[in-house]
Amino acid sequence: MAAEVEETLKRIQGHRGVTGTIVVNSEGIPIKTTLDNSTTVQYASLIHSLTAKARSTVRDIDPSNDLKFLRIRSRKNEIMCAPDKEFLLIVIQQDDQS
Amino acid sequence: MPPKQVKSKTAASVDRKRSKRGADGDDLTEMGDGTEQDDWMQAKTLVKPEDQLELSEAELKEEFTRILTANNPHAPQNIVRYSFKERQYKQTSSVDQLAVHFALDGNLLHKDSEEARKQFNRTGLAETKEEQAEPAAEAAATEEGGEEGASGEGKEEAGDEDAAPAPASKAGGKEKKLTNQFNFSERASQTYNNPFRDRATVTEPPPRASFSSNVTQWEIYDAYQEDFEKQEKSKEKKVIPGRKEEEKSKKKFQISETSSDDITRVETAAKIVERMVNQNTYDDIAQDFKYWEDVSDEFRDSEGTLLPLWKFSFEKAKKLAITSVCWSPKYRDLVAVSCGSYDFMKQGSGLIILWTMKNPSFPECYFETDSGVMCLDVHPQHPHWICAGFYDGSVAIFSAVDKREGAIHRCTAKNGKHTDPVWQVRWQKDDADNNMNFYSISSDGRICLWTILKNEMVYQDVIRLSLPDVSAEGPDGIKVATTGCGTAFDFHKQKDYLFLVGTEEGKVHICSKAYTSHFIDTIDAHNMAVYKVCWNRFHPKIFITCSADWTVKIWEMKDTMDKSESGDEARKPLFSFDLNNSVGDVAWAPYSSTVFAAVTSDGKAFVYDLNANKYEPLCEQMVAQKKKTKLTHVEFNPTYPIVVIGDDRGNVTSLKLSPNLRKMKAEKKGAPPVDEATKVQREIEKLEKILSMVRNQPTEATA
Repeated sequence: MAAEVEETLKRIQGHRGVTGTIVVNSEGIPIKTTLDNSTTVQYASLIHSLTAKARSTVRDIDPSNDLKFLRIRSRKNEIMCAPDKEFLLIVIQQDDQS
Repeated sequence: MPPKQVKSKTAASVDRKRSKRGADGDDLTEMGDGTEQDDWMQAKTLVKPEDQLELSEAELKEEFTRILTANNPHAPQNIVRYSFKERQYKQTSSVDQLAVHFALDGNLLHKDSEEARKQFNRTGLAETKEEQAEPAAEAAATEEGGEEGASGEGKEEAGDEDAAPAPASKAGGKEKKLTNQFNFSERASQTYNNPFRDRATVTEPPPRASFSSNVTQWEIYDAYQEDFEKQEKSKEKKVIPGRKEEEKSKKKFQISETSSDDITRVETAAKIVERMVNQNTYDDIAQDFKYWEDVSDEFRDSEGTLLPLWKFSFEKAKKLAITSVCWSPKYRDLVAVSCGSYDFMKQGSGLIILWTMKNPSFPECYFETDSGVMCLDVHPQHPHWICAGFYDGSVAIFSAVDKREGAIHRCTAKNGKHTDPVWQVRWQKDDADNNMNFYSISSDGRICLWTILKNEMVYQDVIRLSLPDVSAEGPDGIKVATTGCGTAFDFHKQKDYLFLVGTEEGKVHICSKAYTSHFIDTIDAHNMAVYKVCWNRFHPKIFITCSADWTVKIWEMKDTMDKSESGDEARKPLFSFDLNNSVGDVAWAPYSSTVFAAVTSDGKAFVYDLNANKYEPLCEQMVAQKKKTKLTHVEFNPTYPIVVIGDDRGNVTSLKLSPNLRKMKAEKKGAPPVDEATKVQREIEKLEKILSMVRNQPTEATA
């Protein structure tokens, strides 16, 4: 089980355009990362709070609903976050055309 | 005292001093006798101070007059005061000449005065008792009079004297007994003041934690849900305590599993993100898949194109050929693909791969097998059950949900395994006991029915393909019935018992589940092996076949009555298409009764629409990337306008059909929406129209 997940994460990291992956736990502390420390910490804290807010928004409107994933597309890259019950997976991918 | 005349100062002064003294002899007791004094005095010589004025006799005898007045020498003689009224200084007329030499404040009180009365009351002395008071008062007065300067003592004595007669009056106890209302004696005592000492202890402050929380709609909802679940559990507990234990142990097992391995819980998130990343990378393909329509189709009426979309290739499947393709009936983006090898000499391992269009870079799920997988089918009702047939003749069942590495069930040599590769498997409807079952066909000429009971697979031979006409000569000259080799079969869509079988020899048998050895009909369809037989999805009597002899033929199933009539004229196909190379696979389109696709060994894909063009394909396109790639299988997606083509290099390519290829009967404007049955009917009618044209004069067409 764990090996499969590890493999999946490795594949994601090796995919074209992906610059980094971060696994953040429910308290906002990064567990696994492929980026350097300062960037990781920054991403983790910022995205964690944003995801919490987004989730809160979705659930406030309809409590039986839940946030599935969050995509932030900017000029230079795209940040994708998939929140889980206990974890948050963040992947940063660069635009292919750029 | 009479004013004394001041005389001259010299010896006479001495004399005067003498006489004065003599006058006041009362006081002078210390002094000796006067005469003695005189003698003593006279004995002295006259002493003149050195600075004494030298005066003449006359001057010495001059008399000076001195007057004693009662004026105060110290008082100013003229006092001037400023008068505000007259605004000038005015001399005070008379100046006070009183000189006070000595002042002493006394403390005598008149006995009738207010203060005296108060004092009397205080000491408890009655006013009527003057007799006793008087002598006391007199005694006090005389004493006072005697002493001049003892003011303080006098007061005290007066007080004492007052006090003294007081007890005397009490002791007397005459008329009234006056109780001293104010006779309280003030007593004070000072307790010992304990010395102060500071003692302090410092306690550890209680541990504090800051807590903050938000309340939102969904948090309340969650709390209610939890509570509800707990209630449900408690209800269950009461009902089934036994089973609960089992669940508990299972739950514990699960919990320990999940907590120990942190990374496992990221699984779903990782999957989602992988898909997202892929979507980004292949964004343009995804856009094309959804929205792109070949505009040029408007100008070309009978031509269409296939737009290549995603290419699915798996590392481990690179050396294998795609042997079967099957879309999942439930998940419209999931396709199951089996990999094996058609080459007799090169046989290796096999794979069953499940791809999803959402993730073209890695399979959703895959199973590795020891033998090449030749065929595959996904159960229509239970989409996680996959049955597969192997090159070594065995069949197996896999579950996409189950995380096992291998098959759930696999048949063995004892258990009805085929002796030749299994070319096709097909799920059937659950039988009377609700067991799943499927058919398999193999080159050993047997068609088997496999039933899955609780823990095993049970097989049952359904039909043996025998070749009645040809029989081989055995070594002893005994005729041995040879069995044909089945290569393909297909069950009728509506009549479940009816199915077609294609053989290695090129024959197509129409069979029924009821008859085990007897065929309903046999057609000499092709010259070489039949690779695929397929009933038309709409028309109940039309089916299509493809073969290694480069042809694709469309047939109509005739009734048994007609068979006798046509006799040995060798039934002819309604349509026949020559594709210039061995045709690997053919498939009907799900949306139209007249559209079908075929793939050949030279890497080309063909799409025909009988409605548009009866003789030529609408689309003939090179699909394979590299040369010498054979295309092995083709399948239409049930919902999307996609076809998936497998080749012999382990690649699966998806292509989008252009609008011309998927023409359906246009709805008349304003007509009410059409339901399924009517659609089907329309399709059938469409085909019938074409068939009717063809039936009378069946022709062979070349591509």
